[in-house]
Amino acid sequence: MNQKIGQKPAPQTTGHAWDDDLQEYNNPVPTWWLVAFYISVAAAVIYWFLYPAWPIGGSYTKGFDTITYVNDKGVTKTTHWNTRALLMKETNEAVAAQKPYYTKVASTPFEKITKDPELDSFVVSAGKQLFSDNCAACHQQGGAGKVGFAPNLTDDDWLYGGKFTNIQQTIIGGRHGYMPPFAEVLDDKQVSQLADYVLSLSKIAVDPASAQAGNALFHSETAACYYCHGDNAQGRQEIGSANLTDRIWLWANVPGSNTVADKEAAVKNVIRKGLNKGVMPAWQDRLSADQIKLLTVYVHELGGGK
Amino acid sequence: MTTGTEQTIQFYEKRMPIVTRSVKGRFRNFKTAVLILAYTVYFGLPWVPWHRHDAASQAVMFDMDGRRFFIFDLVVYPQNVFWLAILLFIAAAILFFATTLIGRAFCGYFCFQTLWTDLFIWVEQAIQGERPARLRLQKQPWNAEKVAKVGTTHLIWLLIAFWTGITFILYFGYAPDLLKRIFTGHAASAAYIGVVGLALSTYAAAAFMREQICAYICPYGRFQSVMYEPETLAVAYDVRRGEGKEGRISPKGELKNRETRIEQGHGDCIDCGFCVQVCPAGIDIRDGLQYKCISCGLCIDACNNIMDSMGYPKGLIRYDSEANLALETPKPPAISWKRWKVAGYLVAILVMTVGLLYSITQRTEFEVSVQQIRQPLFVILSSGEIRNRYQIRLTNKTDRDAVYSISAKNLPPQALDLGDMQTVTVRSGKSIIVQASVKLQPEQAEEYEHFTFVIQSLTNPADRSEESANFYNEHNHT
Repeated sequence: MNQKIGQKPAPQTTGHAWDDDLQEYNNPVPTWWLVAFYISVAAAVIYWFLYPAWPIGGSYTKGFDTITYVNDKGVTKTTHWNTRALLMKETNEAVAAQKPYYTKVASTPFEKITKDPELDSFVVSAGKQLFSDNCAACHQQGGAGKVGFAPNLTDDDWLYGGKFTNIQQTIIGGRHGYMPPFAEVLDDKQVSQLADYVLSLSKIAVDPASAQAGNALFHSETAACYYCHGDNAQGRQEIGSANLTDRIWLWANVPGSNTVADKEAAVKNVIRKGLNKGVMPAWQDRLSADQIKLLTVYVHELGGGK
Repeated sequence: MTTGTEQTIQFYEKRMPIVTRSVKGRFRNFKTAVLILAYTVYFGLPWVPWHRHDAASQAVMFDMDGRRFFIFDLVVYPQNVFWLAILLFIAAAILFFATTLIGRAFCGYFCFQTLWTDLFIWVEQAIQGERPARLRLQKQPWNAEKVAKVGTTHLIWLLIAFWTGITFILYFGYAPDLLKRIFTGHAASAAYIGVVGLALSTYAAAAFMREQICAYICPYGRFQSVMYEPETLAVAYDVRRGEGKEGRISPKGELKNRETRIEQGHGDCIDCGFCVQVCPAGIDIRDGLQYKCISCGLCIDACNNIMDSMGYPKGLIRYDSEANLALETPKPPAISWKRWKVAGYLVAILVMTVGLLYSITQRTEFEVSVQQIRQPLFVILSSGEIRNRYQIRLTNKTDRDAVYSISAKNLPPQALDLGDMQTVTVRSGKSIIVQASVKLQPEQAEEYEHFTFVIQSLTNPADRSEESANFYNEHNHT
């Protein structure tokens, strides 16, 4: 900077002198800064009028800007601007954008949905969201469930059937699995024999004699297991009784037990105490029919078919 | 300051308005040619129609909704973003290459700041007249003439700026339709924000900021200086020839004669000041190479014209290198190619260009990615078999619908289950998700740990992709 002494005017002061010679420079802020400051002040004032701003007692100034949205019950509402209403409005828009696909899913038979790559792709991505929000709490994010808690939806074992209509009915009405406790009816030896028989069905090496006795007990009127689990022990989908001949275990953690004794103990525990905890809630009041249909296809693709 | 108080420091130097004089010459012609070419491309390209399968379209269109960029017959998808990265690398290498050879050629001839400033100065001159007339106009009070001339200038500037903004936006939609929508108020808000933002920034940068952008804002100008070497050609004033022993002097009387000047020890510079008056950066090239010089060559034109009219040899101001000017007798200026740095840049440009072209020519017309489903990684079925599931995401990048078949290699027959999706039709520009599952006996699982998905376009037999996948079981999943 080529500032030459003498060229500049003497610095401006505030015009007041203290103690004869003590003066204060007047250095105003740059104009651009001042202009920006006043613009932001003006913007703040405009903001007060448009949006919620000032607290007044237990309430606040609401502002003139409004948002119109449709709430959960289908009622159109107009309120002052707020982020909750904004979320509702944006949700409305997102739902409207998905609407054509949902309509198409609703009007297409199950078998045709899985033949239409584009529709099926929508089911996969939208279904994942629905599943995460509603089902994953019990069945886990990927649908693998948890032994002793919620069935695995990705395998091929379906307590109530894995066809489209079965799955749809399960979601709509929910399910409540029940097995009576046998601790009062059977003595410890009988329970052991039954457990050995059940394990032998899954090709686990147990005492053959004990398993043989268990077989007899299973089909006898004493234990009467065959009533629900069927003569062949493969379960009955109409009442949700488990198939005892496959490798899949929901309540007794047989795959997770290392020794045969542990496996036996797990099965015995179920026989003694019975089961009254296999509860799946009904979703017909929480999800729309279209959502349930979409979820049905999604779950079917996880591992359905039987 | 005689009062003994401290001198107040000014943080910003006050800008002296630069009023340039027009000039004719080689460099001016070159600049004009570049400007016409650049503007023809920029303003014209959105209006070049191009036949595309699905809709009326234009040669270059950035389809944000469809997430694809049409560049003539090339369709670029977001997945190809690394092409843009390589393109930017190439552009940077070319910038370095050019700068080390001939200095800031980009700044002087090709930069859009230079182009738009040039056009705005041209408008200013067409309406307000040559430099003396404009200086007079600046000084005179605000009367009808000044208001009319300055007002018209700003109006035309604003129109140019506005059309610059509109044109930019037209690259993002079908131009004839989008233009109509912009003017009827039916375009997206992003379009209006874009137009107004670009119009205002163009207006501000080319009408008011001008050389200040180059001097204070633009980072390229500064880092190009780092690439200068003594061999780099730059716009230079030949001090020894211009000043002589006794300095420059105006050609009064007998000093018009070059021999007399040389006898008296004066240089060839007649101190006419034209080189300063034509400079859009407002510098005096005779002070030597400086950071504000954008290397536009207009002072060369100005000086050559004067040298011609004086009958002196041209080239008092010329493209020359520092090294050459320092020689006892400077050689004719020439581009200095024989440097490792130049060879390095050249190799980098070639390698990257070949890589980019290879990648573009080898592109498949569809995009596929196979994802193993990890929740759960594998499932044991009721029969004891093991199942893995995969999501295949398939994007059709062509401009027409296509049919693909999906199969697997290195798997036993019947192991792959695709539901109803063995062959799928995918619409142009759309993506689909195909769920695949593979079922193996536990004893097979070890054998088929790795296999391959084969995606074959049935529409174009040359289009085929193989994606490797893994099969997990309880033994190999950790």
